[in-house]
Amino acid sequence: MSKTKTLFDKVWDSHVVHTIENGPDVLFIDRHMVHEVTSPVAFLGLKNRGIGVLHPEKTFATADHNTPTINQHLPVADPLSANQLKMLEENANEHGISYWGLGHEKNGIVHVVGPEYGITVPGATIVCGDSHTSTHGAFGAIAFGIGTSEVEMVLATQCIMQPKPKRMRINVTGALQFGVTSKDVALFIISQLTTSGATGYFVEYAGDVFKNMTMEGRMTVCNLSIEMGARGGMIAPDEKTFHYVKGKEFAPKGDAWDTAMDFWQTLYTDEDAIFDKELTFDGSLIEPMITYGTNPGMGMGITKDIPTSDMVQGGATTYKKSLQYMKFDEGDSMIGKPIDFVFLGSCTNGRIEDFRAFASIVKGRKKSDNVTAWLVPGSHKVEAAIKEEGILAIINEAGFELREPGCSACLAMNDDKVPPGKLAVSTSNRNFEGRQGPGSRTLLASPLVAAASAVTGKVTDPRDLMKMETV
Amino acid sequence: MAYDKFNTLTSTAVPLPIENVDTDQIIPARFLKATERQGFGDNLFRDWRYNQDNTPKEDFVLNNSKYTGKILVGGKNFGSGSSREHAAWAVYDYGFRVVVSSFFADIFRGNCLNIGVLPVQVSADFLQKMFDAIDADENTAFEVDLSTQKITMIATGESESFDINEYKKNNMTNGFDDIDYLLNIKTNIQEFAKTRPI
Ligand code: SF4
Repeated sequence: MSKTKTLFDKVWDSHVVHTIENGPDVLFIDRHMVHEVTSPVAFLGLKNRGIGVLHPEKTFATADHNTPTINQHLPVADPLSANQLKMLEENANEHGISYWGLGHEKNGIVHVVGPEYGITVPGATIVCGDSHTSTHGAFGAIAFGIGTSEVEMVLATQCIMQPKPKRMRINVTGALQFGVTSKDVALFIISQLTTSGATGYFVEYAGDVFKNMTMEGRMTVCNLSIEMGARGGMIAPDEKTFHYVKGKEFAPKGDAWDTAMDFWQTLYTDEDAIFDKELTFDGSLIEPMITYGTNPGMGMGITKDIPTSDMVQGGATTYKKSLQYMKFDEGDSMIGKPIDFVFLGSCTNGRIEDFRAFASIVKGRKKSDNVTAWLVPGSHKVEAAIKEEGILAIINEAGFELREPGCSACLAMNDDKVPPGKLAVSTSNRNFEGRQGPGSRTLLASPLVAAASAVTGKVTDPRDLMKMETV
Repeated sequence: MAYDKFNTLTSTAVPLPIENVDTDQIIPARFLKATERQGFGDNLFRDWRYNQDNTPKEDFVLNNSKYTGKILVGGKNFGSGSSREHAAWAVYDYGFRVVVSSFFADIFRGNCLNIGVLPVQVSADFLQKMFDAIDADENTAFEVDLSTQKITMIATGESESFDINEYKKNNMTNGFDDIDYLLNIKTNIQEFAKTRPI
């Protein structure tokens, strides 16, 4: 085997407990995040086997998928949701796992709180029963979503069995244009690769665009890796990463920090390392993006027109079915389409930077009367920062309210459902049919596009509003 | 959880010639509130299968009694989206043992293998032939043989091989699961854990 290694190989290889010939690797997991929806059957499995959790200290539970985003101090009204929350609490207590339930100061979306408290660190293997676990790759960790059988597997053995994915590097060079965010970069890449373009691969993001991104921006990009089919995505840790992690509650301290740093500083792709696939894009050509169809790959620059079915790869029937669901026509422009809902939040765009971006546009403007807006912080920590930084005052002044943390309309398991037929601009990650409620229609976009559309009541290029400020 | 052994299956098939069938279509999020693995089959493809007033949508294939069988044939990129194993449970619970497509999303494929549903990936050509054969005669049967890794259209004898790694094949054939395997090497794992700095 060659001595040169990719970032991905360095982290993966350092976690292989055992390799099965013609089979998967047995991979040791450093951090296991658990939430209420995909864990109950896994805990039940442990019970049936008569075994416990092998490493409760490496396991962290938070309630997020099912939780209401208003009146969290009251009992949860939906009996099924309440039951799932109760089960998680009981299971966590029974097995000695730290549990950040509803109302707990550290509560929030699993992929938001992990980094906030230093559970997420470079060079770690991190899994969770949620496909957007790929978020944690922003720190140079191997992080991916798993199914419930695998949740049980990790609880029982702290290991997972996985065939090693292939390696892909995506370079985005140059500098981003004014008004273009990390979300746009990710939506752009997915639009180029399609939702299956990276299936079977683990992606490393490289190039100036990612180097210059904040940690929050990197998390947004890595979060969306799964939407191009990749198992996960990662970015080599640098000073920015180490600075972010240092001093966080669960991050290594003292000597342990120094030991960790010795390893973390080796976490980059060696110069001659080989990727199974490598792609390069010019970042300066990326526009603010918007989706028009029913998967995240159906996206385009906001000023473009919806492609006609003869231009798309793959089945024209599926394409037409998708536009029909969205009630759009081939060749339509998205700009100016009246909208009904705006959702700012989720593990994709529910961090403080996203609220700053949103506020920068709505400041001094008013929410459009025809828009219902849900502004949902990713965690209590984000919520606190929104208040401290004066963002709450700005959004309130503009006619918006802040809700309490949770996944909310990202998957609409709680009451935050977009009604049938209504059109939402959403900063979340999926625009599948009915994702935000049965019959809902979703346009994925950045917090800037969401803010601009929220004040005009129609799909709006945020640069139009931002330019006015700069002149 | 151990599951049924899989050797060969001969069955008619249910066609779903749509690409990018995502896990939110297979089982919408609002049906993920259960704490036990039961009853998911009732909500398989819920929003394609039922109107909002819960009456069946007549044009959806699961509501067409013409089509039956334990094989579900889907379009390219089947199972994209969420990691919810509930999607695989719903497919299994409804009565399917095999899903055929020309391309599967990663996590969905893994989840299927973990619960005893066999994902069979065939070429785009073969997939089209299967759709055409079912279209011409809904009673046409297919044989899926795990030991030879072959899927055959019984009427014409045309067949194609599919991939599965040896380890998973052995598990499926014997109804073994990964956790049993890992529990057997627990001492190795515990030794390894001691070397982890975090
Ligand atoms: S916000 Fe959405 S994608 Fe993120 S963890 Fe919650 S449900 Fe999953």
